[in-house]
Amino acid sequence: MDLLHLFLEVGFWAATVRMATPLLFGTIGELICERAGVLNLGIEGIMAAGCMTGWTWVYFGGDLWTGVLAAAAVGALFGLLHAIFTVYCGLSQHVTGLGITMLASALSSFVFRMLLPNITTPPKIIPFQPLHIPVLSNIPFFGDVLFTQSPMTLLALVSVFAVAYFLKKTPAGLALCMTGENPMAVESQGLSVFAIRTGAVMIGSSFMAVGGAFLTMSAFDAFYIGMVNGRGWICIALVVFSSWNPGKALLGTIIFAAFDALQMRVQQQSGMLIPYQFYLMMPYVVSIIALIIMSRRSAYPKALLIPFRKGER
Amino acid sequence: MNSTKPLLSLKNITKTFGPLVANDSIDLDLHRGEILALLGENGAGKTTLMNILFGHYVADEGTIEIDGAPLTPGSPKESLQAKLGMVHQHFTLADNMTVLDNIMLGTEPFWAFRRNTAKAVKKIKRLSDQYEIDVNPHSMVSHLSVGQRQRVEILKALYRDTRILILDEPTAVLTPQESDHLFATLRLLVAEGLAIIFITHKLREVMAVSDRCQVLRHGKTIHLCKTADTTADKLAKEMVGGELPKVERRESKPGELLLELSDINATDKKGHQLLRELNLSLHGGEIIGIAGVSGNGQSHFADLLSGLLIPSSGSFQLLGKMIDRPNPLQMLKSGVGRIPEDRTATGVIGDMTVQENIALEKYWKNDFSSFGLLNNSALAKHTRELTKTFDVRCGGLNASARTMSGGNMQKLILARVLSEKPRVILANQPTWGLDVGATAFVHRQLIEASRNGAGVIVISEDLDELFSVADVIQVMYQGSLSPPIDPSRTTASELGLAMSGHRDVIHSMMLKEARA
Repeated sequence: MDLLHLFLEVGFWAATVRMATPLLFGTIGELICERAGVLNLGIEGIMAAGCMTGWTWVYFGGDLWTGVLAAAAVGALFGLLHAIFTVYCGLSQHVTGLGITMLASALSSFVFRMLLPNITTPPKIIPFQPLHIPVLSNIPFFGDVLFTQSPMTLLALVSVFAVAYFLKKTPAGLALCMTGENPMAVESQGLSVFAIRTGAVMIGSSFMAVGGAFLTMSAFDAFYIGMVNGRGWICIALVVFSSWNPGKALLGTIIFAAFDALQMRVQQQSGMLIPYQFYLMMPYVVSIIALIIMSRRSAYPKALLIPFRKGER
Repeated sequence: MNSTKPLLSLKNITKTFGPLVANDSIDLDLHRGEILALLGENGAGKTTLMNILFGHYVADEGTIEIDGAPLTPGSPKESLQAKLGMVHQHFTLADNMTVLDNIMLGTEPFWAFRRNTAKAVKKIKRLSDQYEIDVNPHSMVSHLSVGQRQRVEILKALYRDTRILILDEPTAVLTPQESDHLFATLRLLVAEGLAIIFITHKLREVMAVSDRCQVLRHGKTIHLCKTADTTADKLAKEMVGGELPKVERRESKPGELLLELSDINATDKKGHQLLRELNLSLHGGEIIGIAGVSGNGQSHFADLLSGLLIPSSGSFQLLGKMIDRPNPLQMLKSGVGRIPEDRTATGVIGDMTVQENIALEKYWKNDFSSFGLLNNSALAKHTRELTKTFDVRCGGLNASARTMSGGNMQKLILARVLSEKPRVILANQPTWGLDVGATAFVHRQLIEASRNGAGVIVISEDLDELFSVADVIQVMYQGSLSPPIDPSRTTASELGLAMSGHRDVIHSMMLKEARA
């Protein structure tokens, strides 16, 4: 097995970018919530809800892109629920988030079973097909890695830059970051902390749900219960790894996905010498190590986890 | 002060919180080009009144008019649009953002596609030139000193073309020089036609800067006058509602040596020097005042004495014993009583009860625990005695500490510390944010403890406080301590210069002492 050869291979990097897509959506979504000062542990469940919604929409005759929108809308609804508890009522963000995850995952399986009670093998839909963008896809290497992907992957990449621009360059983005740093500063400048946090959590949650929808509408073509499989929790870690910075979040997801892709290749090639569980474990071990190194100097948004109550100091 | 129509006029403002009447039909007028000092003890209703004006609270009754037009209550946005600006006592700045970000927040259309930073920088430059406020718009707020942060807050208000500026206890955190700088800025502002409300309980400042004063007590306007027609003593009486509690100075006759630091150095993990060449000796019956602008190593010095910071070199002797590797419990048990700087963060635990907070530094004693179980009845008895002798007003022993006022919290901490009869008392900013009455109480207690033989170290940024309690003052600057200075032979402005690093001032003070 030649590792160096593998790293130069187009297929490996294309797989990496593909596998990074749901993580990218999730991480960006979580990042938006946390920059406004709200930890959203509902991510795992919201991704599951996005998975189910997108697939069901298409299975019952909907269009692929409106399916993505439907998933985003469902994500925003769960985000609203999270915001009502954590922003308006000021409840614990940890407990509420875990509750949202349980509710959303269970509700997804439940709705799926209600709609399709009598099936044994999951039915399939026609998912997004890879785009061959004219001109760009002819660039050697990068053409194949970046521009012959599913349109949702391109959407994820574009949204990283859009969110980075939004946070850095627009008044609304400034207000969002300020809300995560010092809500009193926002309040005393005449803006509503409640509205900004609620908006951020809803938009962030719809990103998460779209990340989930990618799994059923692009990566695979069917819905399985439990198919999010911990990706949401990885996103939480990736946000810390990124120091709440969209650019570094992109880097982090690519590194994690590269190890995931590597793990699959090595598993196929190395035979039975080392148990395959060892390779499965690898990306997680690497992400824990990276997290330990990076998070030592990461700067948390100062007001993260702290509920804002009007008229108090 | 023109006698034409007022720019701002509050009429009959009443606000109650449950049974507490915070504002009882208060009237207030403010004219263009004047500075109105709003005076009163803590809890007199000053901040409540200003929060109503700024829209953080809604008044139960009463109206607010700006330039004859009524102001919609309960909306900071409306207040900002009416060109009202407020500099809060606790700054509302985000530390991890730049000055520019903090100033620009909320001043542009929310959904604009791009922030116009170039235009904002230009406007900030113009304002800084006009009012001589020197701040770099691109520096991070976390890198600024407290005085600079306050200037950012003022700029933030001016950036919105404010006509009425409210300053809530603006000098609480400033050095005398910084305060003078602030007063000069305020003078410039009123000359331009702004109107300023200046909330404070420091009378010297009222006399120095204001045109008129309004004194509040228990939510009512007690006294209204022109500053020129009154004196600080008169205002003090109006504020307290009687004679001021006097803090008695006494002759100090130093007893035995309790604490001796010689050439103490300390560094942090990254190798930054926190304390350099500290020398200090504390005797029984002596009060040493540590003056200095915050952030010059006072907190590290306090950590050293509390056993939280281990010196890298030098000798640390406590009650005749060498201390090599101090730890908090050991320091506590060997008789160092500690009144921490931030009472809500490290002084008391807000979610725990009054009794539990008393127990925190004595639960291991045989009186209060046996076989690892707390003796609650003994603790309750002890707490009841303490709250009585120290006049701690709280909603019972099982009320959580966060419900208490700052003054009562400090009394609780004093009770916990002083009841153990410590030999060495470290009081870090013991009266920060307390009103005249509570401050006098704290000072009396510290002086009494020193009379009974304890050595006291008071760290404070308030020079008036040091002059009224300390026998000796040492100035802290960039982690080192000056030689002891006799407070009766120096002045606040000399000390202020020493606090901002003018070593020659200390030398001249030393010379003066040598000659005397």
